[in-house]
Amino acid sequence: MTPAEIRAAVIDILETIAPDEDLSNLDDAKEFRDQMELDSMDFLDIVMELRKRYRVQVPEEDYENLVSMASTVSYLEPKMAETPAE
Amino acid sequence: MPRDFLKDAKDKYDVIVIGSGLAGLTSANILGRAGYDVLLIEQHYKLGGMATWFKRPKGHIFDISLHGFPYGMYKSCRRYWNQEIADRIVPLRGVLFDNPQFTLKTTYDRESFTELLQSKFGVSQATVQQFFDTARGMNFYDDQQRTTKELIEEFFPGRNDITRLLMEPITYANGSTLEDPAITYGIVFSNFMSKGVYTFQGGTDLMIGLMKDELERNGVDVRINCSADRINTENGKVKSVTVNGRDITCRSVVSNANLLTTIFKMVGEEQFDKDYVDDAKAVRVNNSSTQVYMALGPDDYLDRDTGDLLFTSTAESFETDLLLSRDITSRTFSLYYPDTRPHDERKRHLIVSSTNARWEDWANLDDEAYEASKQDLIEDTLDALEKYVPNARERVVYSEAATPRTFQHYTQHVQGASFGTKFEGLAVSRGLPTQISGLYHAGSVGIIMSGWLGAINYGVIVSNEVDQLLMP
Repeated sequence: MTPAEIRAAVIDILETIAPDEDLSNLDDAKEFRDQMELDSMDFLDIVMELRKRYRVQVPEEDYENLVSMASTVSYLEPKMAETPAE
Repeated sequence: MPRDFLKDAKDKYDVIVIGSGLAGLTSANILGRAGYDVLLIEQHYKLGGMATWFKRPKGHIFDISLHGFPYGMYKSCRRYWNQEIADRIVPLRGVLFDNPQFTLKTTYDRESFTELLQSKFGVSQATVQQFFDTARGMNFYDDQQRTTKELIEEFFPGRNDITRLLMEPITYANGSTLEDPAITYGIVFSNFMSKGVYTFQGGTDLMIGLMKDELERNGVDVRINCSADRINTENGKVKSVTVNGRDITCRSVVSNANLLTTIFKMVGEEQFDKDYVDDAKAVRVNNSSTQVYMALGPDDYLDRDTGDLLFTSTAESFETDLLLSRDITSRTFSLYYPDTRPHDERKRHLIVSSTNARWEDWANLDDEAYEASKQDLIEDTLDALEKYVPNARERVVYSEAATPRTFQHYTQHVQGASFGTKFEGLAVSRGLPTQISGLYHAGSVGIIMSGWLGAINYGVIVSNEVDQLLMP
C-alpha cells in the first residue's frame, strides 16, 4: 500500500470507530485527540481493526506512534508496504 | 442421571472463557466475532455475574447493579455489542444527596457540580476547574502514592463536606475509599462527570438476553451450570480446562472468575514463579455489600421527583470506617420506576438499598444469628426509607436482604467481593500471561477496571491480547 492508501485505510477505520465525527477537515499533523473525541479504548480499537483488516500487529509499546495521522501513516508504511490495497 | 450441561460440546476450542460477568461476556463476544471458536462457561444457571436480577412471586423483578454507569457504556455497547443494546442506554437525572452536612439535588455531571461547588460550597470557579482538569488528566501509569484523600485535600483543604460530595457516589460505584490511589478516583470520577449517570432501559434481564442473542449470532458456544474445576497447563502453556469433570482442550483461556480463585484454585500456585505468587498473595480483595430489595404494591405510585439515586447518610461526617461498619449510617437508595421496564404492564416501583460491607462481619454468624441480622437490616432500612418514601413500612409489600454471604454464594468470589480487588490486583491480573502463555484474566480488578463499564472495557483489552497471540 502507498502512504495515500494507508491514510485512506486509517480514515475508514476511524469512520467505523467514531461514526459521529466529521473527518473531512482532519489535520494530519495535529494529534487526533485535539481534533476529535478519542479515548484510550478508541486507540485500542484502531489497533484491533488494523490487525483484523490487514493483519498488522501493533505492540503496546508502539501505541504512541498512533497519535496523529501523519505519525500513524509513517509508522505503518514499512509494515504495510507489501499489503495489497483493497 | 444428572443432566449433561456440556451435551454436544466439542473436545477442542480456540478459547475457553470462564465466567459470564460483563468482562467474560464481552471477551467471548469479541473473540467469537473475530472468527475464533469460543466456549463460554458459567457456573451459575444465569449469565451476567454481578450484572444480574432476580424475580419473586407477584411480578417483582429486582436489579442488583443496574444503577448506574457512565456514558462511556453507550460507546462500548455500540462497538463491542450492537446498536440495539447501545440504544437502550438512557440517563438518570435525579441524583440526591441528603446528610447532616448538606441536602441537594444534581444531574451529577461537570456542569451541575461546578455550579453547586460555587453556589452551595463557596469554592472559586478557578479551583473547581483546576480540580476537574487534574482528575481528568490522570492516567493509570501516573504516580500511585498519592491517595484520593490527599488529592481532595489539596484542592479543598479541611472540607469534609466537599469530600463527601465527591466521594460518596464513587464509593457506591466501585467500593473505593479515601485511602485508595488518587488515580483510581480521578479516572472513575471523570468518566461520570463527562455526561452524568446512565442506566439500561429494559432491565438487566433484557440486556443479558440481548447479549446472549449476540453471542449466539457470533457462534459462541454458551453453557450455564458449568464449572471450571481446573485450568491445566503443559510446559508453561495453557492446555485444557476441566469443566464439570471433562477435559476440554484449548489454545487460550480468559478467566472472568475472581483473580485469586483463578491463580490459587484453578491453576495452583506451584505453576507460578515465587515472586508472582507473593505479589498475588498480597492482593487485597475489595469489600462486599449488603442490599435490601423492597417492592411497592401493584397500585402504588412513587413521585418521579423522589429521584433515581439517593445518597443518604445520618453520620455527622464522612469517614471510610463508617461506610463499612455493621452499624449502618450510609445507604444508597436506587429507585426503579416503571420506565425501567417500559414493556412490563405491571408498572412496578422498586427500591434497592445498597451499603458497602465487610465479609468478616457476616461470615461467622450461626444460622439463627444470620437470619436475625438480615431481618434487622431490613427493619433499619425501612425506617431509613420513611424520610424519602412516606409510609414506606406500610407500602412495601415485599422485602428481602442480601449480605456478603449471598454475593459469595452466587458469584463464588472470595469473601463475597462485589468490586473485585484493590489497585495492586491490576498488575497481577495483567501479569498472568507472562507466567502461563495463553492464560488471561479479565474482570473487576484494581478499582479502575470495575463497575459495568470498567469490566466491559477490560474484557476488550484482554481480547485484543488473545487475538494477538492466536492470530495465524
